[in-house]
Amino acid sequence: MARLILQLDSIYKSFNKKQVLNDVSVSLYQGQITTLIGPNGAGKSTLAKIILGLVKPDSGARISPVPLKIGYMPQKIKIDPTLPISTYRFLQLANTSQSACNEALETVGISHLTATPIQNLSGGELQRALLARAILRQPNLLVLDEPVQGVDVNGQNELYKMINSLAKTLDCGVLMVSHDLHLVMSATDQVICLNGHICCHGRPEHITQDPAFLNIFGQTTAIYTHRHDHSLHEERLNAGPHQPGNCRNHD
Amino acid sequence: MIDFLLYALLAGLGVGLVAGPLGCFVVWRRMAYFGDTLAHSALLGVSLGVMLDINLNITVTAIPLMMALGLVFLEQRGLLSLDTLLGILSHSALAAGLIVISLLPDVRVDLMSLLFGDLLAVTKSDLGVIYSVSAVVLILLAILWKQLINITVNPELAAIEGTNVTVVSTALMLITALVIALAMKVVGVLLITALLIIPAATARRLSHTPEKMAVVASIIAMTTVVMGLAMSWFIDTPAGPSVVVSAALLFCLSLLYRRQLN
Repeated sequence: MARLILQLDSIYKSFNKKQVLNDVSVSLYQGQITTLIGPNGAGKSTLAKIILGLVKPDSGARISPVPLKIGYMPQKIKIDPTLPISTYRFLQLANTSQSACNEALETVGISHLTATPIQNLSGGELQRALLARAILRQPNLLVLDEPVQGVDVNGQNELYKMINSLAKTLDCGVLMVSHDLHLVMSATDQVICLNGHICCHGRPEHITQDPAFLNIFGQTTAIYTHRHDHSLHEERLNAGPHQPGNCRNHD
Repeated sequence: MIDFLLYALLAGLGVGLVAGPLGCFVVWRRMAYFGDTLAHSALLGVSLGVMLDINLNITVTAIPLMMALGLVFLEQRGLLSLDTLLGILSHSALAAGLIVISLLPDVRVDLMSLLFGDLLAVTKSDLGVIYSVSAVVLILLAILWKQLINITVNPELAAIEGTNVTVVSTALMLITALVIALAMKVVGVLLITALLIIPAATARRLSHTPEKMAVVASIIAMTTVVMGLAMSWFIDTPAGPSVVVSAALLFCLSLLYRRQLN
């Protein structure tokens, strides 16, 4: 059994009286890739920030049985063009070791861009630079927020392959936030479908059959008449934190 | 006899030295309007200091600092955009400062020197204050340099990697308030932001690392002080505006400079 790295237990969070996360529990394990999916406004980024420790939940526990070292790849990053900073220097902010920086640049395949100003990188190159910075400190948990945003399809496949092999070599847990399940399917051990609360979770091949998933994502890919009845997929999934009746957001 | 010119020069150089690196952060973090707001509130600091008979150096630093902390508080409540908040506070502080000054019955405060600086009136004891505060500012910047760059690039990454973002950004506000209190003597509350921003913007075109940009900005700021004073001496113009005009002139010259390609 893989080692538990981080556990969130029954997290609640609201902003300006709007409930964003409702009784959300997540467990992240060493060597496992977990993908967090959900429509816009589902609370994915908030959940990721709670996992990162940047946002405090209103209630619920964040427990880590091991010393946590997080590598984070933000969704987008905007650096003012007046700040003269090279890609190499950008990495050095996280880890001053020269060999570590060079190695990370090598790993993500942009060692030819060492001296390039970070603002001049293309979308795909910037994603790689961010990934390089995320792995610099030898993390045991990688959190990737929409890691392939703004990257073309070929580049997306390459990035996913890279993330996959990194998860293996670093032997770390990975949490990936995405709004598109199709590309990440094969590379994911666990999928959590979020819409304020956890609609369903489990292995990707199960998730895609789940009525709650289809209700949110399936309209374009499957013709399906949804009868919202949690007892149906409860049996099929054996999902842990999912309780019938806590699914108030979509009916 | 020529003492006042020497004092003015030394005072201007001391302020220019710290205006360079701090100005870089103002440019990188897009804090120009923020700087303006703090500068305007420094006028309120002067008038309150005179009214309540407190050491002006204290009120001129404390009021902008309180303004900065108030801004952070209001911004976190998210009622209005930062831009609008700055607009409200900046001009309210300026207006309130002017009103308090007008209410002081017996004291005659030279409003022009507060608004546009009075470099030629710097005394020996002012020099002591300027150089000790400059030293404190430079030491703080040196200690916090890496963390300041880190939160400027991306505060979230910095926080995850172990930087205490709140402490570091509050320290930057304190530094800004200190430098504004100093720069007031040189260019006055209305022109402080110019002394911070223009040398840094000029240095951008000549630098490819943050450190180089900070050093170049310092050198440019000190050069503009010398140019401004010379202008003031030879053609009898007001010193503060002359310094700013010199800075603008150097900026225009830097536009002509083309980056060499390797």
